Amino acid sequence: MGILDIYLPIAGVSLDVMALLVLGAAVGVLSGVFGVGGGFLLTPLLIFIGVPPAVAVASSANQLVGASVSGAIAHWRRGNIDFLMGGLMLIGGFAGSVLGVWLFAILRSIGQVELFISLAYALLLSTLGVLMMIESTRSLLRRRRGIVTRRKLHQHTWLHGLPFKLRFRRSKLYTSALLPIILGFLVGILSAVLGVGGGFVMVPAMIYLLRMPTAIVPGTSLFQIIFVTAVVTLLQAVENNTVDVVLAMVLLIGGVVGAQLGTRWGARLRGEELRALLALIVLAVAAKLVFDLTVRPDNLFSLGTLEL
Amino acid sequence: MRRWLLALALLMTALPARADQPLLADLTGHLIAITTGFTGTSVVLFGATDGPGDIVAIVRGPERDSVVWQKRHLAGMWINGPNVTFASVPSYYAVFSNRNLDDIAPANAQALSQIGIANLRIDPRDPRTKQDNTTTFRAALIAEQKRVHLFAEYPGSVAFLGDRLFRATLDFPANVPTGNYLVEVLLIRNGRVVSGQTTPLVIAEGGLGADVSEFATNNAALYGLTAVMGAALLGWLASLPFRHV
Repeated sequence: MGILDIYLPIAGVSLDVMALLVLGAAVGVLSGVFGVGGGFLLTPLLIFIGVPPAVAVASSANQLVGASVSGAIAHWRRGNIDFLMGGLMLIGGFAGSVLGVWLFAILRSIGQVELFISLAYALLLSTLGVLMMIESTRSLLRRRRGIVTRRKLHQHTWLHGLPFKLRFRRSKLYTSALLPIILGFLVGILSAVLGVGGGFVMVPAMIYLLRMPTAIVPGTSLFQIIFVTAVVTLLQAVENNTVDVVLAMVLLIGGVVGAQLGTRWGARLRGEELRALLALIVLAVAAKLVFDLTVRPDNLFSLGTLEL
Repeated sequence: MRRWLLALALLMTALPARADQPLLADLTGHLIAITTGFTGTSVVLFGATDGPGDIVAIVRGPERDSVVWQKRHLAGMWINGPNVTFASVPSYYAVFSNRNLDDIAPANAQALSQIGIANLRIDPRDPRTKQDNTTTFRAALIAEQKRVHLFAEYPGSVAFLGDRLFRATLDFPANVPTGNYLVEVLLIRNGRVVSGQTTPLVIAEGGLGADVSEFATNNAALYGLTAVMGAALLGWLASLPFRHV
């Protein structure tokens, strides 16, 4: 226990304020630089310092609302949000999270929901991390050799054959409205099942699948994370009573400052470097998850409580 | 400190009139409020006996069902496998005594009066659970509760002033569960329980924490909405100083 402890009423534990502020700030920097909410890091870290998992998931969602508002405003001032794209993703996202909540209930009734979450995270993060690492190192090397490859304006895949084409001015794209909706839907399922904003999936998908300009991606991602996390917070508060506002607000105070700094630092880094850095973080988290799953734990027993 | 001295003085004046009582004990407070700055607390137990003897104080927290999971190695991964659910396990159990329990009473007497963690009655909710399973999982439950200081034994924590007055500081850790507690004080002579007295103790959330958790349970939707709006507002406020950067 630290010097300045604070009692968290919903979590039912006392934690060091300074530790929470630093944790919030660190995740906030990530959020500002990459446009990922940071939930995929915040939630496991909170559980690690002693917050009950259910409360950690719900309170992270609450703090992400604030962090992404702060980050999105910073990006909006620079004109880096594609509202049309973000809005379409949201439509898919809401539908996806409803389906996700339903899936979560089924998984819970079978048991092993934790195993599923860990496996899903590990699989998803390692695939993403490796793909991003390969891509960003390749383009970093290419730039170092002085080879300038112009981005192909028309790289036709089956994705471009989809109907309902729309012109996305900010993203300089002419593509099907179905793409962001489907993407939002898939990420919405993930958000509900894994309890995260989904930015860490959304950002790479926007870069590599939708082929949006890197500068527009973080702002647009943050814009839609605001709404997804707001819905998750509300649902968690009503269904499970697991949102700890005291925890969320302390994390947020650190987080918003971090997000502002992150947005400024992010503007100075080049796209490839940014992507390589994010790939490293994603891989590190995946490695930790795989490690936890495969290495014999010190204590084979764990405790759960059933409320009477 | 002054409060319990005063109470002790009162108790002493009351003693001659209550000479038929072999044991009298009380706490300096019967309500512990967990506020925002809560980092654990203590309550003083004090009392008097009608002669020499040993004092054992058992503090029990509210009971709940607890599941113990055992991880299994399956396809290269360690995953939750077998589990046993124990019924009505005290969420907090601490034994305070003036010396080692084994010096106070023989093992069979301790078992009879359920003194000490080893004699705590923890039974599986499903009576069909295999005996060796029960033993392993019960041991795991106790080890885990001890690790987080929710199960504890404190020999030597009860101090005698002379041979009739005693006091003990009952320490509660920061993670102490809320609810209704019972403090059972036993007077033991020659290894036999001569007298006992039970005093209630309530541990509840107080101050801001109580307001927050009350709001969260009684008005969940409004609470959730407030949480979302509060976070959004804080996010917006934080972006203001950076407006012209």
